[in-house]
Amino acid sequence: MNWFAHYFPNVVTMKADFVTATGETLYMVAITAIVAGVIGMAMGITLVVTAPGGILANRLVYNLLDKLVNLFRSIPFVILLAVIAPVTRLIVGTAIGTTAAIVPLIVGAAPFYARQVQNALVEVDRGIIEAAQAVGSGPVALVFRVYLRESCSELIRVSVVTLISIIDLTAMAGAVGGGGLGNLAIIIGYDRFETDVTVMALIIILALVFLVQMIGDWLARRTNHA
Amino acid sequence: MKLDAMIKLQHVDVTFNQQHRTVKAVRDVSLTVNRGDIYGIVGYSGAGKSTLVRVINRLQEPTAGQVEVNGQNMLALTNKQLRHARTKIGMIFQHFNLMNQRTIADNVAYPLKGSGLDKAAREAKVAHLLELVGLADQAQGYPAQLSGGQKQRVAIARALANDPEVLISDEATSALDPKTTGAILALLKELNEQLGVTIVLITHEMDAVKEICNKVAVMEDGQIIERGSLLQIFSQPKQPLTKDFINTSTQVNQAIEKISQQALTLSDTQRLIHLEYVGTAADAPLITELYKRYGVVSNILYGNVEILQGTPLGNLIVVMTGDQANLDDALNYCQQQQIHVSPVKLKQEVAQ
Ligand SMILES: Nc1ncnc2c1ncn2[C@@H]1O[C@H](COP(=O)(O)OP(=O)(O)OP(=O)(O)O)[C@@H](O)[C@H]1O
Ligand SMILES: [Mg+2]
Repeated sequence: MNWFAHYFPNVVTMKADFVTATGETLYMVAITAIVAGVIGMAMGITLVVTAPGGILANRLVYNLLDKLVNLFRSIPFVILLAVIAPVTRLIVGTAIGTTAAIVPLIVGAAPFYARQVQNALVEVDRGIIEAAQAVGSGPVALVFRVYLRESCSELIRVSVVTLISIIDLTAMAGAVGGGGLGNLAIIIGYDRFETDVTVMALIIILALVFLVQMIGDWLARRTNHA
Repeated sequence: MKLDAMIKLQHVDVTFNQQHRTVKAVRDVSLTVNRGDIYGIVGYSGAGKSTLVRVINRLQEPTAGQVEVNGQNMLALTNKQLRHARTKIGMIFQHFNLMNQRTIADNVAYPLKGSGLDKAAREAKVAHLLELVGLADQAQGYPAQLSGGQKQRVAIARALANDPEVLISDEATSALDPKTTGAILALLKELNEQLGVTIVLITHEMDAVKEICNKVAVMEDGQIIERGSLLQIFSQPKQPLTKDFINTSTQVNQAIEKISQQALTLSDTQRLIHLEYVGTAADAPLITELYKRYGVVSNILYGNVEILQGTPLGNLIVVMTGDQANLDDALNYCQQQQIHVSPVKLKQEVAQ
């Protein structure tokens, strides 16, 4: 481990900080993924079924949701962090810290995921939907037994993309006081010129991203029978 | 089998309102399909065939008109009732529309959820259906592993899952090769005979109709322009489009075209004649008869006999040789025998 101490002198003394920071990042990613996942999935499904020609076509709902998703998608995340602070304070009680960072993360990730889900679901052949309707399936069955089932593999793929983008966002949230690896990389590594800390934080983040990508790809391949 | 109406469409209109124009896809169509019929609907692309049959299970809402299936007014149903009614109307499609992420067995089992059968009964039913369509050994495979014909068999099994009284086939064989088409049509015929399923068969191939239908309707531009029993339509088509479809199918047109292009020279004592007959008159006795009675010698250039629902339908193109008076008598005799006689013009004659 001599070479490690040589190249990462500051990291060696900060082992506990790294463990904590990694834990914080995982915590932010996990909670964001679950909440934004549920919200984004619901919005994505709603977009598909209410779209013109959809199984529950509704121009008003579709247009409203579509515009909303576009709006939030076009706000840069750094600005979103600032703009949403009052809301965060209302919900969490404070605008700083790991838990507080989760609010803007969800607001940033959910519309992104909604679009991804929408794109995955519209890939389901119209003819398959029609065949299911012809045997008596209603909207609920069409969503759960056809749309979600048929696009399962594609949903895994877009979930991976979203998860990676959430990891990316947590780093940014961390930089503005959310804790986690991003915080470590910027506040300690960059601001104190302890470059090895920044590099180590980067390595851990990359490892996380690769792991997610690999598992996701494997799952997506396994679940696809087309 | 009772001869009552299984499907009754009355004055059905379907109009699509698009931004810049309205498309009248179906215009005032009334159609009755009786229990046990295999009713063919033919027409070129865009004629409105799919739109019309989708009205039957209300995948397409009619703009106007009445729709009755098995005595039930389809337009008066609530959503829930409609979903139940649809389980009794099977449908198969040109592109099969199987669920790619489900196994063959799961595809067939799909419609059975909510049918009230328990798991064991559902599995038994799926096994039976796959047996019926000849795919029992593929149950655990996925659609991607099947050929087109096999996929359509799975789709048929799925359509039959809830024991429908009606099966709608929308160009179900259009994506298949001729041999596979024949096998699928034979299967449909078998289902009709053994299970008593009423079938509506949409196609643009008259061959498919000829193979299994007992009735035909011809659609053009959103309307049914001609309809009748298979034999009626084939033996006495009235509309040009109907004749077109039939001739493409029997290839008489191609034969006439080819023959008329040949450097055939006819003397004054020869005539090129197209003979069409329905029913018992057989070719050989007729030719013999013409010779015995009038001394007219007939040389057959083309001959085709179709057996439609057990009745032969014949087409002959012959060069008849004999003196003028005898030729006239011979042709009169043919007409007396209910044989349709029409002279064929040679290309060089037309040119002159
Ligand atoms: N959902 C729709 N919206 C607008 N126009 C439509 C719609 N569905 C069908 N049409 C139009 O209605 C007409 C009839 O279409 P339809 O699909 O019923 O024809 P078809 O006889 O089944 O043709 P094909 O042999 O190509 O399947 C066409 O002009 C088509 O463009
Ligand atoms: Mg069609």
